[in-house]
Amino acid sequence: MVALAQFLPNALKAGPAVSRESGAKARVSRWPAKVDASRALNAQSRAVNALLCIDDISVSFDGFHAITDLTLIFNRGELRSIIGPNGAGKTTLMDVITGKTRPDKGTVFFVHDLDDLTALSEHQIVRKGIGRKFQRPTVFQAHTVRENIELAIAGNKSVTHLLFSGLSKAQAQRVDECLENVGLTEKAKGIAGTLSHGEKQWLEIGMLLAQDPRVLLVDEPVAGMTSSEVEKTSVLLRSLRKRHTVVVVEHDMEFVRSLESDCVTVLHEGRVLAEGSLSEVQSDRRVVEVYLGE
Amino acid sequence: MLERITRLHSGRAWLVFAVTIASLTVLVPLLAQISVGNSPLIGEATVLLLGKFACYAMVAIAVDLVWGFAGILSLGHGVFFALGGYCMGMNLMLSMAGQGVYRSKLPDFMVFLDWKELPWFWHGFSNLIFAGVMALLVPMALAVAIGYLAFRSRIRGVYLSLITQALTLAAMLLFFRNETGFGGNNGLTDFKQVYGYSLAQSSTKLAIYILAMLAFALVYLLGQFIVKSRFGLVLRAVRDAEAKARFCGYDTLRFKLTIWTISAGICGLAGAFYVPLVGIINPSEMQPSNSIEMVIWVAVGGRGTLVGAAIGAAVINAAKSWFTAAAPDAWLFILGAIFVMVTILLPDGLISLLAKRRVSRS
Repeated sequence: MVALAQFLPNALKAGPAVSRESGAKARVSRWPAKVDASRALNAQSRAVNALLCIDDISVSFDGFHAITDLTLIFNRGELRSIIGPNGAGKTTLMDVITGKTRPDKGTVFFVHDLDDLTALSEHQIVRKGIGRKFQRPTVFQAHTVRENIELAIAGNKSVTHLLFSGLSKAQAQRVDECLENVGLTEKAKGIAGTLSHGEKQWLEIGMLLAQDPRVLLVDEPVAGMTSSEVEKTSVLLRSLRKRHTVVVVEHDMEFVRSLESDCVTVLHEGRVLAEGSLSEVQSDRRVVEVYLGE
Repeated sequence: MLERITRLHSGRAWLVFAVTIASLTVLVPLLAQISVGNSPLIGEATVLLLGKFACYAMVAIAVDLVWGFAGILSLGHGVFFALGGYCMGMNLMLSMAGQGVYRSKLPDFMVFLDWKELPWFWHGFSNLIFAGVMALLVPMALAVAIGYLAFRSRIRGVYLSLITQALTLAAMLLFFRNETGFGGNNGLTDFKQVYGYSLAQSSTKLAIYILAMLAFALVYLLGQFIVKSRFGLVLRAVRDAEAKARFCGYDTLRFKLTIWTISAGICGLAGAFYVPLVGIINPSEMQPSNSIEMVIWVAVGGRGTLVGAAIGAAVINAAKSWFTAAAPDAWLFILGAIFVMVTILLPDGLISLLAKRRVSRS
C-alpha cells in the first residue's frame, strides 16, 4: 500500500472525476471560493468514491510544524481510523477540518461542490455537513437530554426561523429516533448534567446523529469509558458507517481493531506515515518503529 | 403563532398575570380617584412611584434577557435607558415651544447658550410618534454597533462587562458637555405638556402610568415569547457552551447580537416612559453605578426568570424609596447588604422562595 501523498504529483494531469451530487442542498447562503481540485483528485479508483479532500495542508504554531503538506481523502461511507503518537497532528487535523484552526496553506473541500472549507466559519462548516465529537464530552449541561438533541437537529438554524417556528413533525420524529439510537429515550427528560460520563458521550454522539453530517469526526471516543461502554461505543460507531463517513481518532489499538475500519491512517510528525488495512499498517516497518514497537 | 402565545403560560399563570396587570392598570387608577375625607386612597406620588417601578421592571427584564439567558453581563444598560429617555425628553422640550422662561421657540437651555436655531439632530422630535420610534431605534443602533464589534472579536465575560461600563461612562461625560446639545449638566427638564395634555394635571400622569404598565406587560410577554422559543433554547446553549453551540451549526454572533439589540430597545422604551413620569432626564442616569444597580435588581430577584427580574426591580426600588427617606446615608450599605445576603442565602434570587414553597406544597 502506497501512502496517498506519493502518487499525488501524477495527479496533476487528471481532472476532477466526480459529478455533482444532485440531491445536495445548498445550505450556506454565502458562496465561498471554489478550490482547484485537480491536484488532489485523480483517476485512481479509490478517488471515485471520494467525499472529503484534505489537500496539501500545513499548520505551524510559532515555528512548530504540527502538520506538514498533509493530503488525505475520506471516502463516502467509510469508517476511517487515524492513529499516531502524541503530537502527530491528529487533533490539529480535526481543528483544521472544523475551522477552529486556519491552515498556513492548503484547502479542505467536499468533492461534490469544491467549496473551500478553510475560508468558512465554524458554523458554516457544520452546515456543510461536518460534525465533530470532542475528546471530553461536551453537552449542554443545564438543558434536558431531549433539548440537547433538539439543539443539534438538522434544519434551518437562522435567528428568525427559530424565533417564530417550533420543531417540525419530521424533526421531532428524528429527535426520538436519535434518542432511541443512543439508548437515552428513558432519560430524555432528565438534565444532561446529571448523566454519567459514558452517557454524556452517547448523548454527544446522538447530537451528532441529529445533525446528520456527511462526515463525522470522532476524537478519542472511549477515553475514560468502562470496558462495557467501550464495546457499546464500538458497535454504535460501526453501525454509523454507510450512512455517514466516520473518522475516528484514537490511541487505543484494541479499540481500533474492534472497529474493523475500512482504512487506517498513521500520522507521525504531521505527515502520513502509512495507510491501509490495520494488518498492513501494523506490519509496516516504519510504523512499528515510531509507534507500535515502543 | 396565536397558539404559541397562549401556551406561554399554564392556565393558572395566565390568571395570575391577568389579575396582576388588571389590578395595576385598572384598580390602582380607580383607587387614585376615590377620596376618603380629603386624601385619595392612593396618592399621586404613589402612582408615579409605581409607574417608575414599571419602567425599572422593563429594564430588569432587558438585563435578564442578556445576562440570565445569554450570559452577557452588561454593566452599561443605563446608557440605553437614558438614550430612550433623552429622545422622549427632546419631544417634551419641543412640545412646549414658546412656553419656556424666554418665550422662545427654542428650548430654554439653547437660548441660554445663545444658539439661534435648532441643531439638526433635534429636527423631527416635535412629533411624538417620531420621538417614540427614535427612543427604540437610537439605543438599538448603538447596541448593534457596540455588540457587533465586541461579539465578532469574541470578547466575553468580564472584558465585555468592562467595555459596557466604559461605554456608559463615556456617554455620560459626552452628555455633560453643553456643546453636545442635550442641556449638559442639567439635562432636559421643566416639561409642561405631552401630546397637548398638560403635565400639571393628574389625569395626564395617570394616563402615562397606565401606558407604562401596559408597556411593561407587553415587554414581559415579548420576553417570555423569546425565552420559550427555540431561539431561547439556543440562547441558553450559547450562554453555557458557546463553542459547542457553534459546532451545532449556530451562528452565535447573530444570536447574541439579536438579544443584545432587543434588550437595548426595551431599555429605550422604558426610558421613554420614565421621563414624563419623573419630569427630568440628565446625564446622571448614565452613571456607571446606575447600571450596576440594574444588575443587582436582577440578581436579587432571580437571574434567568423574567418574573424574578421584575420582582427584584420592584422590591429593591421600593426599599430604596423607603430607606432614602428614612435613612439616606445608609441606603448604599443596605443595598450592598441585600445583595450579599441574597447571593449567599438565595443564589437563585427571591423568586426561588416562591418556587420552594410550591415544591414543598406538592
